[in-house]
Amino acid sequence: MKPLEERIAQQVSAIPRSGIRDFFELVQGRDDVISLGVGEPDFAAPWHIREAAIFSLEQGQTSYTSNLGMPALRESISRYVRGLFGVSYSPENEVLVTVGVSEALDLVCRAILNPGDEIIYHEPCYVSYSPSIAMAYGKAVAVETKVEDEFVLRAEDVAAAITENTRAILLNFPTNPTGAVEPVEELEKIAQLAIDHDLLVISDEIYCELLYGEESGMKPGKHVSIASLPGMRERTILLHGFSKAFAMTGFRLGYACAPPVLTEAMMKIHQYSMLCAPIMSQVAAIEALENGAEAVEQMRKAYAQRRNLVLRSFREMGIPCFSPGGAFYAFPDIRKFGISSHEFAVRLLEAEDVAVVPGTAFGQAGEGCVRACYATSYEKLELAMEKMARFVKTL
Amino acid sequence: MDALLDLLQQEGRLPVSEMATRLGKTEAEVQQMLQDLTDKGVIFGFHAVVDRDRIGDRRVQALIEVRLTPERGGGFDSLASRIAKFDQVRNCYLMSGGYDLAVLVEGSDLREVARFVSEKLSTLEGVVSTATHFQLKVYKEAGFLASEAPVDDRLAVTP
Repeated sequence: MKPLEERIAQQVSAIPRSGIRDFFELVQGRDDVISLGVGEPDFAAPWHIREAAIFSLEQGQTSYTSNLGMPALRESISRYVRGLFGVSYSPENEVLVTVGVSEALDLVCRAILNPGDEIIYHEPCYVSYSPSIAMAYGKAVAVETKVEDEFVLRAEDVAAAITENTRAILLNFPTNPTGAVEPVEELEKIAQLAIDHDLLVISDEIYCELLYGEESGMKPGKHVSIASLPGMRERTILLHGFSKAFAMTGFRLGYACAPPVLTEAMMKIHQYSMLCAPIMSQVAAIEALENGAEAVEQMRKAYAQRRNLVLRSFREMGIPCFSPGGAFYAFPDIRKFGISSHEFAVRLLEAEDVAVVPGTAFGQAGEGCVRACYATSYEKLELAMEKMARFVKTL
Repeated sequence: MDALLDLLQQEGRLPVSEMATRLGKTEAEVQQMLQDLTDKGVIFGFHAVVDRDRIGDRRVQALIEVRLTPERGGGFDSLASRIAKFDQVRNCYLMSGGYDLAVLVEGSDLREVARFVSEKLSTLEGVVSTATHFQLKVYKEAGFLASEAPVDDRLAVTP
């Protein structure tokens, strides 16, 4: 019999092992680790949302839903997106409810790519971008963003990466892992590039409610979606979901908003692979959108306080860290210690039982930085910062 | 100001230095804000939120619905503040609806609360009637759940 390794499809075996998973296994074996390595809120989903899900189960709502998602949820999404992004999508045929943004991204890639087509994305970035493109037989083309430039994606760098095979530009602002927010002027230039070269834009805006504005982040910042810029709605696939702002990661619920032809193409794949997103999650999501604003703002304020703590702590430790405009990550620059981000993370873990994720888990452009997630209790965060301060003195 | 008040209501014991860090302000700024809030009477006290059941304390609390005859000139205010001044009274609110004052009274046992109601409260001129409801169990107090804190069961490293 042929070895099983040889039976794995080429595009799958070509995907490298996840750096996150490597690091997870390292952390997993240890007790009493304070982990700043997570990518999700420490809050449980707000009670009124959980209660809505429980009630739906009590009512026996356990069936399939429409492939696109429950009509009531699509209407809520349409209203919410109009309010937040200033862009209107018809709940009839421009909104698709998915199993997290991860599924939505997979659907977009499979819907628009022919073998060899290219998607340009920016690194450091969320771990699934490049594999999702590769699994759809596409070519992932990374454009580096730099710590010196606060991880802004420069339109000129995007322009330099465009070839005749480029089909789309994939954006994620605010960015996981850096917390970076794209300045509007730069976003406008990227939009112009997309128009000039007739490219689609895939915009993952999962962190867009978590923006830190005036008064040291205590006031919310203002989000600008590329879909809202002139001429962009018709060529943008907007991806959003409930995991981060509503602390609903385990509900696994996201959505894509796009013109009807694109939505229909994604729906075709979704209906055969997933059929529909889980109904109890969809019911919970309606409650989140209709009545969740206050809970989101309370969590955002809590993150803002923690963000202030970690930024001040890094400053006091002498570790340069730009002030991230969104999400719940800090991405401090540890190059001055003269060791790789992987070595920094491993030694910090071994010396002080604090876990941060090496920047390289998010692409080579992350070398020299580590991701510290501040979505953890203030007390633990304080302790982690003390331990980290002690650790860097030994370097 | 709002953010500072939120913080104080959730974690009133924080040192000024830590409040300053969290809010991204200097200690002097926070000190000044606290002073202003106190001067204006926005902050009129601090207390711990406790569950005395857990140390076997048997003291009891009762919510008393009180109906009043409003006084000429003073309305409900003068009588309500007389009631509020009793040490046994923990909370005292003017209410809309079927009665006028909601008075939360604490005593070392049932008898003490009953005595307070019958001897002090209901004998005040202007008090028309009282209805006493004893508290049986605390589920939530001042915004805090009385149950155990949730555990953090997230995976240690996730993307």
